[in-house]
Amino acid sequence: MSVTLKQKIAEVFDEPGCDKNQAKSDKARKKGCTQQLSPGAAAGGCAFDGAKIALQPIVDVAHLVHGPIACEGNSWDNRHSASSGPMIYRTGFTTDINELDVIYGGEKRLFRSIREVLDKYDPPAVFVYQTCVTALIGDDIEAVCKRASEKFGKPIIPVNAPGFAGPKNLGNKLGAEALLDYVIGTQEPERSTPYDINIIGEYNLSGELWQVKPLLDALGIRIQACISGDGRYRDVAGSHRARVNMMVCSKSMINIATKMQQRYGIPYFEGSFYGIGDTSDALRQMAGLLVRQGAPEDLLVRTEKLIRVEEARAWARIRSYRKRLSAKRVLLITGGVKSWSVVAALQEAGMEVVGTSVKKSTKEDKERIKEIMGDDAHMIDNMTPREMYDMLRDARADIMLSGGRSQFVALKARMPWLDINQERHYAYAGYEGMVELVRQIDKAIHNPVWRQVRKTAPWDGDTPEALLA
Amino acid sequence: MSGRRTGPIEPEVNAVATVVDFKKACAVNPLKMSQPLGAAYAFMGLDACMPMMHGSQGCTSFGLVLLVRHFKEAIPLQTTAMNEVTTILGGYENIEAALINIAKRAKPRIIAICSTGLTETKGDDVDAYLQLARQRRPELADTELLYVSTPDYVGAFEDGWGKAVTAMVRQYARAGETTVAGRVNLLPGSHLTPGDIDELREIIEHFGLEAVVVPDVSGSLDGHIPDDWRGTTLGGTPLEALRALGSAEATIAVGEQMRSAAMELEMKAGVPYAVFDRLTGLEANDRFLQYLSQLSGRPVPAKYRRSRSQLVDAMLDGHFHFGGVKVALGAEPDLLWAVGTLLHEMGAELSVCVTTTQSMLLRQMPADEVVIGDLADMERLAAERGCELLMTHSHGRQMAARLDRPFHRIGIPMFDRIGNAHRVGVGYRGSRNLIFDIANLLADHYPHHNGPQTWPLPEASLRAAATATTDATPADASPAAERVPVT
Repeated sequence: MSVTLKQKIAEVFDEPGCDKNQAKSDKARKKGCTQQLSPGAAAGGCAFDGAKIALQPIVDVAHLVHGPIACEGNSWDNRHSASSGPMIYRTGFTTDINELDVIYGGEKRLFRSIREVLDKYDPPAVFVYQTCVTALIGDDIEAVCKRASEKFGKPIIPVNAPGFAGPKNLGNKLGAEALLDYVIGTQEPERSTPYDINIIGEYNLSGELWQVKPLLDALGIRIQACISGDGRYRDVAGSHRARVNMMVCSKSMINIATKMQQRYGIPYFEGSFYGIGDTSDALRQMAGLLVRQGAPEDLLVRTEKLIRVEEARAWARIRSYRKRLSAKRVLLITGGVKSWSVVAALQEAGMEVVGTSVKKSTKEDKERIKEIMGDDAHMIDNMTPREMYDMLRDARADIMLSGGRSQFVALKARMPWLDINQERHYAYAGYEGMVELVRQIDKAIHNPVWRQVRKTAPWDGDTPEALLA
Repeated sequence: MSGRRTGPIEPEVNAVATVVDFKKACAVNPLKMSQPLGAAYAFMGLDACMPMMHGSQGCTSFGLVLLVRHFKEAIPLQTTAMNEVTTILGGYENIEAALINIAKRAKPRIIAICSTGLTETKGDDVDAYLQLARQRRPELADTELLYVSTPDYVGAFEDGWGKAVTAMVRQYARAGETTVAGRVNLLPGSHLTPGDIDELREIIEHFGLEAVVVPDVSGSLDGHIPDDWRGTTLGGTPLEALRALGSAEATIAVGEQMRSAAMELEMKAGVPYAVFDRLTGLEANDRFLQYLSQLSGRPVPAKYRRSRSQLVDAMLDGHFHFGGVKVALGAEPDLLWAVGTLLHEMGAELSVCVTTTQSMLLRQMPADEVVIGDLADMERLAAERGCELLMTHSHGRQMAARLDRPFHRIGIPMFDRIGNAHRVGVGYRGSRNLIFDIANLLADHYPHHNGPQTWPLPEASLRAAATATTDATPADASPAAERVPVT
């Protein structure tokens, strides 16, 4: 591992903004955040995957993957991060190295690739991603990017997060480091207002940012940069002029928030747009911090008024589902904030959460779950697919909300399932999003298909009731 | 039903295409997927199997997501989860730990392993690792281990599939098996869907023959509801069938990518083989059924005579739509060949052919040129040459939107369509489907903007019509369209 990469990893592990990390002993911290992977029993993406997820939503730059075909060829164009304009981020660029490159080194091919991309597509910047094989043979992408930036007069950003450096989560942070080292603070924004914020860690999946932006627009709050959903290179480069940073959701890019605070004195708060109470809290905190940073005080009152109206509108819409969803049991298999943030909305619609996974949740997350649901027994630490399947088949839940990986566990048990992770096609952010989530659950549970698919063939003895008993 | 066959009569192919490899440094919008993924997909066709990639966890994760999105099925695929240190020190410990974990948790009958770019760059000797693991860990005694070397930076998806099947044959086929009358081995290429395999099995069985399919993804990825949850593959070729490969009367290989596996089987167990380069189109299927008829000593069943006649009718109905249509086609060599030749036979023009890897079929394509390249090449050439129909996997959707052309999806991945396992594109029936689907797509996109101004007369004709004098020369009397207008 290159010295710089080693330092970087040590740096992101020593994250002051992460209380979980700070609570560890020096020795434990040195080992890093990540659990050792267990060969033959591991699932999940690699560091490269994580870095790409974190940065690819910057929509106007070219994302060039330096490595063999597997890294880009097997994975490109598979996320629903939406753009309001440029589409180049959805173009798959890769050096697709061959055997000779492995032997002689791939740096020349990388340099020529950068030139080809600039010649043909003329993006404002190119992000170059390191991968395992090219890291192992010692290709120095930092040097190539530096040389290319000088030669072509455009920012060429090295993203040094080869897959074997660690899991996806680490890759998110290494991707963020690339922004801190090479992008943020390199350009001045065209204009600047006392209402400017950055939103960090929001990827605009299925356009979720646009469920929230109208609220900010109504209050006159301006997004200088969303890092990275629907992001533009120039906006991110000038994001050091924002007054407040909002750290969304998970802590996947917390290092951006803490370092921007250290470097530019931008205060940050952690908030979430999942759940009604959380959306309101986020707006409140945002307004509060902006006012503390010098924005006119009337923002606070306007924010409260907007929250009141919007909350009432959302609750009324959710309550209208009570009759249909009352006493339906939900199994929530996700991680982090979603393990509790959507619970309030589900409860408001009359549903019962029979279990929520806390595999990826922090201590705080777990405390929030206790606060909301009041019962430890609801928390599931590590459920195997087999256990999920049995739970669903035995009808101890009416629907499972989870990521795409476990969808077949539910479907093969002939039970409703709703995608609430990154591959989802519906947007669930803000007030609007919670209403949509409840609407989708209703649609899933009450689909007439379930009655039919659970029926056994007339010539088979087993009744469906026996299966479900 | 006598004598030893080494192959059916090859089709007459006169066309000689130039194979072009643009010397680009950067691949843009890849058409290609990697070898290990193809190998892992082949392993999915073994029953009670846990496929595993020896590499970083990302290699597995990307492949798994891709196959899940294509089949909408749970995909069993594990990883040795290599990190930088284990890569440099060698992956033995990870492989051993992975084998033990998998054997304990999923209890597969077979663990099938393919290497990746990472571990090949390091140079792990996996064959030796597996021997050592067997010696050291008696708890693996009941688990079969299969390995194939598939570096990411060489070849493509179908190469990985081909190598994996060859490895299956090499490891399990035995010489000296008693020949079972009427048994044939079917080695399908990676371009055949589970539906295609079912179709071929049905055809073969209609001749009173028994088909042993290797690998058989129609048993595992055909989208069925199993009775219980299983962590391994849900069906496919059982180990016993692999071991009995030598008992067949003949081997039918579909796709050039299967030739080496078929040859391997002949060398190991003495089973003669026939390679069918494709099973799309009338003549190709005629050859196939003729072969089965000879092999079984039975006439072609009435069902298929009828089916053939239906295909002929479909070709007659369809040729109006295909004639002269310029097609841009992007697919792996065997699929490119199977679909491209059918389009050609229907009268379409293969203006752009893009593929992923070398194959002896490329030069025989009925096209001027075959490009080994990516979807950006396909898009540029399709625009330059005015193609009217685009055919490739789902990643072509962005191209189709930009070029505003009808788009027919073929191959893997097809993540924005459901029912991919059940698409049938082989046999008389499959060829008929393919013709109907494409013709209907083309019919949807006929230009409907003919108007009063679509066919204006040239200047000269207008002038001629406007002049009342009668002293026209004989030349002026000739049709205006054949003359260069005077300006």
